[in-house]
Amino acid sequence: MDWGPLILTFKLATITTLLLLGVSVPLAWWLAHTQRRWKPVVETLVSMPLVLPPTVLGFYLLMAFSPRGTFGAWLSDTLGLQLVFSFEGLVLASMIYSLPFMVHPIQSGLAALPPSLREAAQVLGKSKWTILFKVLLPNIRPALLSGIVLAFAHTIGEFGVVLMIGGNIPDQTKVASIAIYDEVEALNYGVANTYSLILFAITFAILLAVYLTNGKALKPFRR
Amino acid sequence: MMRARLHKQLWSSAGAMHLEVSLEVKPGELVALFGESGAGKTSILRMLAGLMKPDTGQITVNEDTWFDHESGIDLKPQKRRIGFLFQDYALFPNMTVRQNLEFALHKGQNKNDVNHMLQLMELEALQHQRPHKLSGGQQQRVALARAMVGKPEVLLLDEPLSALDREMRGKLQEHILKVHREFELKTLLVSHDVSEVIKMADRVLVLSEGSITKEGKPAEVFAGTAVSGKFQFTGEVLRLEPQDFLVIVSVLVGNDLVRVVAEQSEVANLKTGDKVLLASKAFNPIIKKIT
Repeated sequence: MDWGPLILTFKLATITTLLLLGVSVPLAWWLAHTQRRWKPVVETLVSMPLVLPPTVLGFYLLMAFSPRGTFGAWLSDTLGLQLVFSFEGLVLASMIYSLPFMVHPIQSGLAALPPSLREAAQVLGKSKWTILFKVLLPNIRPALLSGIVLAFAHTIGEFGVVLMIGGNIPDQTKVASIAIYDEVEALNYGVANTYSLILFAITFAILLAVYLTNGKALKPFRR
Repeated sequence: MMRARLHKQLWSSAGAMHLEVSLEVKPGELVALFGESGAGKTSILRMLAGLMKPDTGQITVNEDTWFDHESGIDLKPQKRRIGFLFQDYALFPNMTVRQNLEFALHKGQNKNDVNHMLQLMELEALQHQRPHKLSGGQQQRVALARAMVGKPEVLLLDEPLSALDREMRGKLQEHILKVHREFELKTLLVSHDVSEVIKMADRVLVLSEGSITKEGKPAEVFAGTAVSGKFQFTGEVLRLEPQDFLVIVSVLVGNDLVRVVAEQSEVANLKTGDKVLLASKAFNPIIKKIT
């Protein structure tokens, strides 16, 4: 059996989750506190991957990133980036696909904190970023953990987006879910079963660990 | 000296209200803002702190302008050097008592100030506890210590004692007076408790529907002008018991229950829960020390 697809899957999930964390914290913070009129539009866009078939998302990304299109051509000419049928393209697509799974828990965690925590820190003379990193984020650790794990697990589970934009290139875009499909098509049920069992066991363990630790992690914040 | 003129249109459940006040607080003076809930007391504190923007007006502290509508000055809360005591304490749950105080230090401030403040507030034994392990009174003491450790010139107290029981309240009032005097603060206290205002404030501003209706020394403001007796207490009516021509009124003064006999005409407009003034003119009170 080839371990390549499994390693690629976890590499993709790790990179996606880390990049997504960097994007989602400011975005969730903005969404939790803004009173702009176009906030619902941004919220809708963030949530779209929840309801949209992954193939739709994959199709439009394929169109957008295609080197024959204007945007895709600009990307490859100026930045030397090829996002179709490449690992970089998969990372970007996965970030969009898993965005709501990271943003929603963080956003609701931040919104549930009493506003007086932020105000007290402001009155004490602290800057926006100090308040975010020293006061707000440490007090929503369970929500952060949920976001990280859900985004990670969701990226492991993606199939449609990868198939559309990544194709099936070994060690480039052939992730475990694609490999399973591939093996089944070739009637190699035994290999498909091994991949599937490993994915099942690992995702089960990750989710179980979250539910177990979140119970504990929440305790100091209960009165 | 802190001077403020504030105008703001507020919307509450009762509809629109126009808040229009001007006030002054001298160094070392403790001024109480007294009034029903919804009268605009908390909004005034929030505007002074920079957490809410007045529609028009001006706020100056000593020589500095914190807010001036005309010249467009509006200092952020971070720049105003105030201590703010929130109703819900607003302690940071992720930090111990000591860390809460250390967080409040300015850049380059001596860490010994934390020790001094812990000592002053009698918090040394609790310094390594997380806030959620503390009682309400202890949490409020931590909040007061944290508000004071950065050495602000202005202290704003938003009904800081309303969630505490009577005994705890008395202790906290002492602590607030202690820091107020030690640091010569300009202190503004929001309260709807007459006895608290009389005990603590040098001056009281009575706020009603967005404007100041009365101002003066607490004893004078609450006593009105009809009573000249010197022997007087404020209390709360607990019960009215009509007996033939008279009514026995039970009044809670501090922790003591006092029963007073009154004529029906005198108590016609009284009901349970009213704040009343008890005064005696005809007798000489006897004073005895209780050990």
